[in-house]
Amino acid sequence: MPQIFEASKKAFITGNEAIAWAALAAGAEIMFGYPITPQNEVMHYWTRLAPEYGKGFLQTEDELSAGFTVCGAVQSGKKAFTATAGPGNVLMQEPFGMAEAMRLPLFAVIQQRGGPSSGTVVYSQQEVTLTTYGGNGEGHRIVYSTATHQEIYDYTIKGFNTAWKYRFPTFLLGDGYQAKMREPLEMYNPEEHGIEMVKTYPLVGLQGKIGEDREPQHLCNIYSLEEELYEVVLKFAAEYEAITPELVEYEEKGCEDAEIIILSHGVVSRAADDAVKILRAQGIKAGYFRPITLRPFPQKQLREAINRKPARKLLIAESAYGQLDRLTKQEIYGETVAIENLFMPGVGIIDYDIINKVKSIM
Amino acid sequence: MGMIAPAIPKSWYLPSKPHKFCPGCGHGIVLKALGETIDELEIQDQVVFGCDIGCSLLSWNFFACDSTQTHHGRTTPVMVGIKRSRPELITIGYMGDGGGYSIGSQHLLNSAVRNEKVTLILVNNTNYGMTGGQMAPTTLPGQKTETSPFGRDVDLTGYPTRGPEFIAELTPDSAYVARATVSKYKQLRRFLRNALRNQMEGNGFSFVEVLSTCPTNWRTNAQQTWHFLEDEMEQYFPIGEIKTPFGKGDK
Repeated sequence: MPQIFEASKKAFITGNEAIAWAALAAGAEIMFGYPITPQNEVMHYWTRLAPEYGKGFLQTEDELSAGFTVCGAVQSGKKAFTATAGPGNVLMQEPFGMAEAMRLPLFAVIQQRGGPSSGTVVYSQQEVTLTTYGGNGEGHRIVYSTATHQEIYDYTIKGFNTAWKYRFPTFLLGDGYQAKMREPLEMYNPEEHGIEMVKTYPLVGLQGKIGEDREPQHLCNIYSLEEELYEVVLKFAAEYEAITPELVEYEEKGCEDAEIIILSHGVVSRAADDAVKILRAQGIKAGYFRPITLRPFPQKQLREAINRKPARKLLIAESAYGQLDRLTKQEIYGETVAIENLFMPGVGIIDYDIINKVKSIM
Repeated sequence: MGMIAPAIPKSWYLPSKPHKFCPGCGHGIVLKALGETIDELEIQDQVVFGCDIGCSLLSWNFFACDSTQTHHGRTTPVMVGIKRSRPELITIGYMGDGGGYSIGSQHLLNSAVRNEKVTLILVNNTNYGMTGGQMAPTTLPGQKTETSPFGRDVDLTGYPTRGPEFIAELTPDSAYVARATVSKYKQLRRFLRNALRNQMEGNGFSFVEVLSTCPTNWRTNAQQTWHFLEDEMEQYFPIGEIKTPFGKGDK
């Protein structure tokens, strides 16, 4: 694979630009997209880089088309991706469902904006439920929730590899703040960091003469009988559960003696990290837990963190009205820790918000 | 006693035969013509065949060509995604009138405008067959369906969509746009050949609507079926090549 950078380099760029560079470094070959804020600059940077590196781009008629063209592109064996947000994410649930059903190595970036409906173009964490469990399926998807530009870069590269290795649709879940703000990061060629890019391969348009060298491919997503579908879904579930231990990622700090654990994800976890440091300096034993993969969820690790001391309280802080909260509760069902909430749908959360909340409940 | 078996296209996938379309359905004729055309052009190994949802879905394993199912209305973008990624492949999207003119109309329209180098075949039988015979964009004025039980009222639901005519308006001269009918087999073969040639030569968008029969939902006998196809449908949906880079065009 051609090297994009002569050597790894420091950059001070927006999250959307970091995605375009990371996709390039990951060897992505074509992007399909439809304008929606706050993901537009992913397309803007990609379209500027594409000619120089011989990459493809198509601005489709809508998000349905962007999602389905990616489905077609990956079926033909090309490393393809898209990026969207909000109502676009809603429309893309249809192609994401097809990717789930046909096990297509689709990779999509979601930059969350406010909802419901057109909401705001700015920021939220309100697309957690949609991205993890959207569609008429079982949520057999892999969702990375990033918190820094370095992670955006790292997990874009990793996202392509995850999609092609496991063939479950894979998502990088960011938000408008991460999309638009500038932050320093290191950009690099994957090989320099010891990352081997997973080779792509076609599912249709195979080499060889049909009937002599090979059989024709007949890919399907619809079944005649309930039992046929049942077998397929059970197989997917078993495969998903088998790979879960190698997929789950999380971050944990100070949970060993924590009276209260702050649970958050994405950009909010930066505020949680600061809040925990300040609370500890003030003598309150607070801990920090952050799922990086929202699907699959690090439920075993969270249960262990809760039970280590054990913590008396779990504070779930999110820029949504309980989406991480519901996800967490279903994952840690049976734990008796008291769960408190800081729900701020569609607005940012800073350390001060979390500290105040903790003091009001401790 | 010896029987003379009808010639079967080489590109047909034999384990899926006999096919599952209703007796009297026109899909089998379209797919036979398509199979023979794929054989004639010797493109079996380069074709990627994509089918929509509805009766067209029953074609998903019809050919011994790489094939994929999609969603209702979304065959066009899947074919576009494949063609944009692998231009050496020959992509054939197969859909009904509901998939192409209703739920997937934005994809059809915009792929035509962009002159995507795909071949789309749309089978027009004036109703949604698979779901039980509802009104389609192509249902004729006065025609009874399950959702227009007293006949299509054009004041309430408008007039039938004339697809090739609007697509011809949207496309440049390098596109190929035609309407065929299962009642004129040789002409159907020629139009399909031209539509595939146009993609193979890299000219542009290629679209063939094929008038077809649905005696199950029309509730017609053989004679009535053929009458509806040849007399009533053809009157509203004229047959011919509307736009072709290959000479003057066959009216």
